[in-house]
Amino acid sequence: MPIDLPTIWAAIIAFAVLAYVVLDGFDLGVGILFPLFPKRHDRDVMTNSIAPVWDGNETWLVLGGGGLLAVFPVVYATVLPALYMPIILMLLGLVFRGVAFEFRWRTARGSIYWDVGFWLGSTIAGFMQGIALGALVQGIEITDRAYAGGWWDWLTPFTLVTGVAVTIGYALLGATWLNLKTSGDLQARARRLAMVTGAATLGLIGVVSLWSPFLNDNYFGRWFGWPTAFFSAFVPTLLAGCAFALWHGLTTDKHLQPFLAALGLFVLSFIGIGISFYPYIVPGALTIAEAAAPESSLMFLLVGAVVLVPMILAYTGYAYWVFRGKIDPEEGYH
Amino acid sequence: MDFGMTAEMLARIQFAFTVSFHFIFPAFSIGTASYLAVLNGLWLWKRDPAYLKLFEYWKTIFAVTFGMGVVSGIVMSYQFGTNWSVFSERAGPVIGPLMGYEVLTAFFLEAGFLGIALFGRRRVGDALHMVAVVVVAIGTLISATWILSVNSWMHTPQGFSIDANGVFIPEDWWAIVFNPSFPYRLTHTVLAAFLTTAFVVGAVGAWHLLKDRENRQARIMFSMAMWMAAIVTPLQIVAGDMHGLNTLEHQPAKIAAMEGHFESHPDGAPLILFGIPNEAEQRVDLAIEIPKLSSLILKHDLNAPLQGLDAFPADERPPVMIPFFAFRIMVGIGFLMLGVGLWSLWARWRKTLFTNPWLHRAAIAMGPSGFVAVLAGWFTTEVGRQPFTVYGLMRTSESLSPVAAPAVGASLVAFVVVYFLVFGAGVFYLFRLFRRPPILDEDHELDKGPHRAAGIAPGPAQEEPIRAGGAGAN
Repeated sequence: MPIDLPTIWAAIIAFAVLAYVVLDGFDLGVGILFPLFPKRHDRDVMTNSIAPVWDGNETWLVLGGGGLLAVFPVVYATVLPALYMPIILMLLGLVFRGVAFEFRWRTARGSIYWDVGFWLGSTIAGFMQGIALGALVQGIEITDRAYAGGWWDWLTPFTLVTGVAVTIGYALLGATWLNLKTSGDLQARARRLAMVTGAATLGLIGVVSLWSPFLNDNYFGRWFGWPTAFFSAFVPTLLAGCAFALWHGLTTDKHLQPFLAALGLFVLSFIGIGISFYPYIVPGALTIAEAAAPESSLMFLLVGAVVLVPMILAYTGYAYWVFRGKIDPEEGYH
Repeated sequence: MDFGMTAEMLARIQFAFTVSFHFIFPAFSIGTASYLAVLNGLWLWKRDPAYLKLFEYWKTIFAVTFGMGVVSGIVMSYQFGTNWSVFSERAGPVIGPLMGYEVLTAFFLEAGFLGIALFGRRRVGDALHMVAVVVVAIGTLISATWILSVNSWMHTPQGFSIDANGVFIPEDWWAIVFNPSFPYRLTHTVLAAFLTTAFVVGAVGAWHLLKDRENRQARIMFSMAMWMAAIVTPLQIVAGDMHGLNTLEHQPAKIAAMEGHFESHPDGAPLILFGIPNEAEQRVDLAIEIPKLSSLILKHDLNAPLQGLDAFPADERPPVMIPFFAFRIMVGIGFLMLGVGLWSLWARWRKTLFTNPWLHRAAIAMGPSGFVAVLAGWFTTEVGRQPFTVYGLMRTSESLSPVAAPAVGASLVAFVVVYFLVFGAGVFYLFRLFRRPPILDEDHELDKGPHRAAGIAPGPAQEEPIRAGGAGAN
């Protein structure tokens, strides 16, 4: 594996996207689970648990998008038009989700509408991200460095399944987050939901994993051909380990372990996708090397990223540390 | 759903709509973040609960505005790709890294410390909380710096070469970041953001002074806002003038459109105070003009020649109508702001600052003026850049994604509906927050023996359900 600027950048972008998926994943998951917690008090605790951190979590999405524009502009310029409708719907979903945190406190009568907006916005955003992932996996038609497909290419049975898979997976992250951050009846229900969504997530990971090798010969060769199959066998093994840790943590009343296990499921699935894609950045159409921006762009931003990303991780970690522990429903922050 | 328009026109309308909505929120939150830092600093320094109350009061308003700014901003960061993919591919290597730096140095900083600034005072203590408040304020300014560098580069591009595919290849990052219009645009825009906040704060203070002129918190916010109006407006007029001269140097066609000069004036151009540009006939109807004044302002010489739009090829001229009117609206508001600032100085000297209801009414009327001026200025400069996205080098018509008009039209409708619904509600809630009287409550977490302003009882402040979880009750 050659270590050059484009590869380093592909790794950084992949890290930003992964950070987004796991961090905003639990935020969105809390929103996806909202209708299952009808009591106002529970909903207050749920939104309080993510209010101090959601904005930082969502910033990784901006880094993923802005980073693509900077270092893989041709990917940004082909994938976004290809995914026009899912992207626009995701953005509109995020609008509703983001304002709901503040707006639901600003009105008594209208609060229910913002709760619905929070749920719908979170669900649509998660579902569209899953669709976008599926559309990327199944392939995007690119000719002469421009999108050459149709307006509905993203909508297939496969992408609908990935949409559902990501939505359910986010719900699992949300449920395990609530198991970590809340107590009493709310936590007990979150734990039961984590069991259900955990089983569903594993099933859907299985379906998508078995389906995708048949979409593209490269994936098939990567997963079932020698010698790469030897390494790719690790991923399912580790997934099984995470699944056990999740089940074990939930049945023995651990608070942090199920959340970490759910994160592990996402990280491993993400690594699996990375194994399938490499060395392509848009499968079958653009490799990392040919999609890269000029070296001066890669170098200029890399200097900053090397210094700043560790700092960001440090102070983001600090912000999480400040708001650590169970949510005290009586504490005056929202 | 193409409304009989081309995909390009629809995409332009969509961009103008979403960016205008977005710009309103940072224009306010940049100034408010700094105002919060000042208020919190004053509270820590003087331990006067009035400042703490004001901090908490404006903090809630900031939280609502900031949320709307974040979500409308995320739309912007993806819209380049969905609607303007050719521009993204060709200009991405130059503007992308600058926006990348904006995310790395500003967005994460703001997001990371916002939670602590809003909800964390008790958890981290006064000192670290103050750090968080200041960091958020600095983050908003860093963000403005990078994005205005990007925007300025699109007006005055330099520091690059162009390869065979038409891609802009960065050659000199220093030249790219510090392009010729950047320092002027940055100064002008940040001062505009401060003035926007000052006039909102002034209007809210004035509103509460009309109801109760003894309210000490209302007095403090009104006084602070009027100091800003009196000091910053003249600075802004100077900065705007310098920005205009810079534009004349680099984008003379834009100046011609702003001035309504269809024809060149070889020996002194008149200043058209008002008129109706008639682009079909290439003249300004009903013009009221002062001879030679335009040359005097722009060239400091009554008889200096000034190019009109006729000096440029027909396919390189910007439209005239929008820059012409938007510029006059912006300048008109600037002078009204100056008037209020001077009036406040006079009232301060006569000791009637807190008792002159007409000054307070004027300040209320001027409350939204900053937003109007900011948008008008934005329209002036952006429409004046047409028909280019990268000035002189890449046309707007070349920048578009290969998208079909119905797709852009449908998404435009969705944006319009959602934005009016969501941000309409947001503005409604902001007005509710403005309406709360800024009075000291008894049960404040940090108030050990509140110095109560005379004659204020906890009145109808809590008629709105700002519950014990809301930012307002922290």
